[in-house]
Amino acid sequence: MTTTTERPDTAAATARPARGPGSARDGWIRRAPLLPALIFAIIVTQLPFLVTIYYSLQSWNLVRPGSQSFVGLDNYATVFTDSQFRGVALNSVVLTVGAVIFAMILGLLFALLLDRQFFGRGFVRTLLITPFLITPVASALLWKTVLFDPTYGLINFVLSPFGAGNTDWVSSYPLTSVMIALVWQWTPFMMLLTLAGLQSQPADVLEAARVDGAGSFAIFREVTIPHLRRFIELGVVLGAIYLVNTFDTIYMMTQGGPGTASANLPFYIYQRAFLGFDIGQSAAMGVVVVVATIIVSTFALRLIFRSFSGAEEAS
Amino acid sequence: MAEQTLSPTTTGSGAAPAADPPRIKPKKQRRTGNALLGVLAWIVGIGFFFPILWMVLTAFKQEADAYTSPPKLFFTPTLDQFSEVFSSGIGPYLLNSVFATLMSTVLVVLLATPAAYAVSLRPVKKTQDVLFFFISTKMLPVVAAIVPIYVVVNYIGMLDNVWTLVVLYTAMNLPIAVWMMRSFFQEVPKELLEAASMDGASLFRSLREVVLPVVSPGMAATALICVIFSWNEFFFAVNLTASQAATVPVFLVGFITSEGLYFAKLCAAATMAALPVVIAGWVAQNKLVQGLSFGAVK
Repeated sequence: MTTTTERPDTAAATARPARGPGSARDGWIRRAPLLPALIFAIIVTQLPFLVTIYYSLQSWNLVRPGSQSFVGLDNYATVFTDSQFRGVALNSVVLTVGAVIFAMILGLLFALLLDRQFFGRGFVRTLLITPFLITPVASALLWKTVLFDPTYGLINFVLSPFGAGNTDWVSSYPLTSVMIALVWQWTPFMMLLTLAGLQSQPADVLEAARVDGAGSFAIFREVTIPHLRRFIELGVVLGAIYLVNTFDTIYMMTQGGPGTASANLPFYIYQRAFLGFDIGQSAAMGVVVVVATIIVSTFALRLIFRSFSGAEEAS
Repeated sequence: MAEQTLSPTTTGSGAAPAADPPRIKPKKQRRTGNALLGVLAWIVGIGFFFPILWMVLTAFKQEADAYTSPPKLFFTPTLDQFSEVFSSGIGPYLLNSVFATLMSTVLVVLLATPAAYAVSLRPVKKTQDVLFFFISTKMLPVVAAIVPIYVVVNYIGMLDNVWTLVVLYTAMNLPIAVWMMRSFFQEVPKELLEAASMDGASLFRSLREVVLPVVSPGMAATALICVIFSWNEFFFAVNLTASQAATVPVFLVGFITSEGLYFAKLCAAATMAALPVVIAGWVAQNKLVQGLSFGAVK
């Protein structure tokens, strides 16, 4: 025990003598605390997905009782030829990428503003993080009624001097409206992360750069941005994980409409399953989404892991 | 305004320059710049918060005052909307939310603590794979699993049962919790643990006396984040509950469809739905940052 456990992976790889630490029994003792969580996660999150794969090979519509039969890959063929599905997939990408990017840019700017001494800094930070805490359903209602309402909404009131009178934001620009609400909700999260990053900058490095005669902008580019990188990566990856699953905001603001103009994949699959009762179809879509997500997230996870193993070596 | 923001930085910074010399350059130009940026920060903060402030204000209005164009800033506050929301039966929904949130948070902490201990202090083989697995479960879109979950839950007669939400919320928050707690466990000084085991302290004693004091603030942060995500969860709640087990977000939906659109009442209901978590987040915002950054902040 005395020579092990400085680095998780090297310890696991090298400490494997025949007896004592590293033996099979010791391995199980080490693994035991992990098992409850692992087993729970596998049962609740992985098994349903296997069942989804099974359903995706069935033709099964709840409206037609006894319609369940094996149809192979038919559902997948339908999914790929469904032009609505493609439109919705595109919406998903636009919504997720757009919201993450805008929230990140705003969050970074706000973090830079808050990373300096000024009167009431703590209070301003409290104001800024609140949208992240608000129940998304409540925030969607807030945007739909209080802000975007064509007659009584605050947005039109504020814009009225500029001639933008009675725009019905939610029905004219559904996807943009949803994205604005999401950006508002997620900017605080990005701000919190980048602010944490800014405030953890090693003071001695900053000082050294200044002594070397670097200007503010040079310091920002050469020291701050590289230091912030893993905080930004973490924010992007976590934000994307949650934003790609957005359901409540769309459900409350637009119901995916008009048509499917503002539906994303989660909402569309929900519509197929719970309003169209087409289990086979929606399961096939679910599988397609999961495969696509796995491909994208493999890259994303690499990013997180690289950031983190780098972080641990540094500290 | 500029004067006001300036004065604390200059007069109140008797100790600050010593702690933070390189940031504040003794240049007058720079100070004015800083003050202006401080004002900008205030404007941004108030602007971002304004929708929420307006929601809370509207909740205290009569409906007639809520439906005005231009919007009314001055009005006689009333509690009518809150009492109407209460009488339309938000009570059971609140209870369900509290139960599902607290119970799943307790379960998450019970499951994630030993798991995080295993992947940080007594690393198992393939630690990285295990961590990868946990976070990958978050990457699977929940919609892809909702159909079988619905069918299974229906089959075992657990539809519209709070315990179903408890189990699903636990699974939803477990990966994030394992990651967060792992980062807190890694802050436990290894030398202390080794010293304890050399002194012959039992596993449980060293856990209680060495590990717990270090990780308990982290456990609190993890719990807080689980509370936020569970309280705000909507997808499972709306699909798997009906009348018995529905939570506050579901109440908001039913509230609109049954009552039509009433601005003030809606704002009162939305305020009540958001308030508990907002207050919790305000109180513990430092913990929130620490937790969400997965220990990337030292």
